[in-house]
Amino acid sequence: MTNRWLHPGAWWLWALGLGAAATRTANPLLLGLIVAVAALVVSSRRPQAQWAGAFAVFVRIAVLVVVIRVGFTVLFGLRVGTTDLFTLPSATLPDWMAGVTLGGAVTAEMLAIAVIQGSQLATLLICVGAANSLASPVRLLKALPPGLYHVGVAGVVALSLAPRIMVNVRRVMQARRMRGRPTRGLRAAAESSVPVLESSLDDAINLAAAMDTRGYGRATRTSPGERALQAGLVLAGLMGIALGLFAVLGASGWGWLLLALGLAMAITGILVAGRRIVRTRYRPDPWGWPETLTAATGISAAIAVIAVSSSTITIPLTWPALPPVAVAAILAAALPAVLTPPPPVPWRTA
Amino acid sequence: MIRFADVTFTHAQSGRPVVSNVDLTIPEGDLALVIGRTGSGKSTLLNMVNGLVPHFTGGTLRGEVRVNGMDTRTNAPRDLAGIVGTVGQNPRAGFTTDTVEEELAYTMESLGFAPDTMRRRVEETLDLLGLAPLRHRPLDTLSGGEQQRVAIGAALTAGPAVLVLDEPTSALDPAGAEEVLAAIARLVHDLAITVLMAEHRLERVVEFADHVIRIEDGHCELLDPAAAMVGHGLQPPVVRLGQAMGWEPVPLSVRSARRQAVQLRTATFEAPARRTGHDGVATVANTTVTYGHTGALRAVDVQLRSGQITALMGRNGAGKSTLINVLAGTRAPDRGRVRVHEDDPTTLRGQALLRRIAYVPQDPSDLFYTDSVRGECDATDRDTGQEPGSALARLRQLVDTVDPDNHPRDLSAGQQLALALAIQLASAPDIVLLDEPTRGLDYPGKVAFGSWLNRLAEAGCSILVATHDVELVAVIGDRVIVLADGEVVTDADVRTALTSSPAFAPQVQKVLAPLPVLTVEEACSL
Repeated sequence: MTNRWLHPGAWWLWALGLGAAATRTANPLLLGLIVAVAALVVSSRRPQAQWAGAFAVFVRIAVLVVVIRVGFTVLFGLRVGTTDLFTLPSATLPDWMAGVTLGGAVTAEMLAIAVIQGSQLATLLICVGAANSLASPVRLLKALPPGLYHVGVAGVVALSLAPRIMVNVRRVMQARRMRGRPTRGLRAAAESSVPVLESSLDDAINLAAAMDTRGYGRATRTSPGERALQAGLVLAGLMGIALGLFAVLGASGWGWLLLALGLAMAITGILVAGRRIVRTRYRPDPWGWPETLTAATGISAAIAVIAVSSSTITIPLTWPALPPVAVAAILAAALPAVLTPPPPVPWRTA
Repeated sequence: MIRFADVTFTHAQSGRPVVSNVDLTIPEGDLALVIGRTGSGKSTLLNMVNGLVPHFTGGTLRGEVRVNGMDTRTNAPRDLAGIVGTVGQNPRAGFTTDTVEEELAYTMESLGFAPDTMRRRVEETLDLLGLAPLRHRPLDTLSGGEQQRVAIGAALTAGPAVLVLDEPTSALDPAGAEEVLAAIARLVHDLAITVLMAEHRLERVVEFADHVIRIEDGHCELLDPAAAMVGHGLQPPVVRLGQAMGWEPVPLSVRSARRQAVQLRTATFEAPARRTGHDGVATVANTTVTYGHTGALRAVDVQLRSGQITALMGRNGAGKSTLINVLAGTRAPDRGRVRVHEDDPTTLRGQALLRRIAYVPQDPSDLFYTDSVRGECDATDRDTGQEPGSALARLRQLVDTVDPDNHPRDLSAGQQLALALAIQLASAPDIVLLDEPTRGLDYPGKVAFGSWLNRLAEAGCSILVATHDVELVAVIGDRVIVLADGEVVTDADVRTALTSSPAFAPQVQKVLAPLPVLTVEEACSL
């Protein structure tokens, strides 16, 4: 297979599918399998680029999430189950904090629940991290529909200015040292923030001027009514999506309807907005069978897990079963590791 | 093609117009060069053509600017984008994408070109500017000259009738500058694009110009290049040589000057010696620095001597800044030994550092953190425990026109450099390190800068100047170190270094070779 970029949308659908599966199962074996699949695909299809290091960062955050969740359970958790592991000295809290316990007995059931619930969130984070290091953020923003073009450009500008600000910080701190002034401490940070902000602002203004002279934001004229309609549709749609997602994750029946309605409104709004943008796209990433395969494996993993696995944790604890349908679907999501074209090889630097 | 009719422009918070009553017509297919002192309004004039003035900058524009018949008052920069291509001083600042190919397509995407047209135009532009081998490269891995060519290509793909270039070669080494200028000359000849270009380094560009627009005290004149070179301080060395020798017509290029210098080249020349320096003050021994997998310095051995000005030259990315950083102690070498006197510069801090090393970064304003010139000077006096007012007095010796209540960022490039020197020289350091100090300085600014450095060297300082500016080195340099790919390829006195290779030869040397003459003043003694 010749090297090319996979459509960033495919990676995101794949990752979000796996992430959705993770939020809907309390089976630690399945969660572990999802993390393993994500790690495998990242290690085989990650390009050599700065942003591809995102996975490691997300893994660290995920571990932290589990640790914090367990820590909170040990310190503040209400007693659940009967298998006592150890007992912490408990403090008596004043009346106004009634309902909060501090310390006390810690049971195996409490710990298991904390680890599993923490792992659900951690697995979701790891899936998002996988998408971040597989799909170039700039290419993703470019693949946005024309109606979201302005949002996309704002994202591109932010992405390209962030590293420049880091460079400015380093340069200014060097200059400070050469002026014989301290480079650590609050005062140093306060004093150097002025030149850093000034040079970063200059960078931003230069970039804005350059974009203006290159035709950015040229639009056909539209009536205020049309703009209001489009903004209203997008806003209402986004709210619908947010509420719908909330309800679906909470397993309420009406969530799916709300989600579908919100999606429909948002898409209509974006299509209406897209009509007034005259912009075209140079060599967009194609959507071929590897993209379809990648997106399909992610989505089918979500469907299979939601269908056969449950997100409730049963007490007393039992060793989790391995539902073969879910296992097969999650394992299939590892196929993109071999069946997608590898990313372009790193450019030789001069 | 470009028409200014009685144009006056005033900034929002200023009573004095930047330029007033400009009446100019630049015909189609010509290259017009804009010259003037630093801060005379060259960029303002350029940005009136692409509409950034007044749409982006604000301010009041009276009169009318028409580009290809379009009035810039009623057309914003984005509406002019298809007609005017703009390339700024620092191409990196204007890049909006990751790779060369995407950057070339950006303007066309904004203007809604059809996909197959975009594809064709990008391929044509890649060939036109020799960028085809770079098409997939990320923009930040390119050299300065390559970045500038990409920026020009990106401005060209949408097929503009006018190209506006603001100091396109100021950040480039001599080879990179020639690469870019050759590309521009080709556009004018082959595609009949109208080019409006501002540039301080006239020695590089004046021979390409059809017209020269001179800005002086807010007045603009459209002149014939030869006529424009007479009677003011902005002359490249070859013109000054021609005037000093009384040649008619005054030569604008090395080629025409050489024809007139046949007689002069037969003279005998007793080369005056430059400073050889005294004792070694700083040593870089067998020093290697690597960034990732690329070597920035490889086993470099250099010794700096007191009372001498050393020029550090070489391509963009050859390791000049790294050598300066190693000497300043901001980068520890991976191998080798760096000493300033007996001190390891990475261990120096505070006052001990200032007594050994003065450092002026490429952008002097990195050093400033207060909101006035007086504030900066007072802070230095406090830090160094000197009489209040000493730093300001030092500044006054360098330039006497600075208002102490000005914001340091509002100063001109030359004034910022003077302020940086006044601050950094407070503790009489042994070595002075300057990274590309003359970017944005005009000829009079460089003359003043040269005299400051001369005074310092006479006082026993050791000065290391990293620069691309061969003409500056010819005038002030004592010794030249050339780096290539992280290695020292030349370490010799200035005359040997600048006469041995055409790439580093100053204009006067090119005219008078084989005589080892470097400057107009030396030529006058023939």
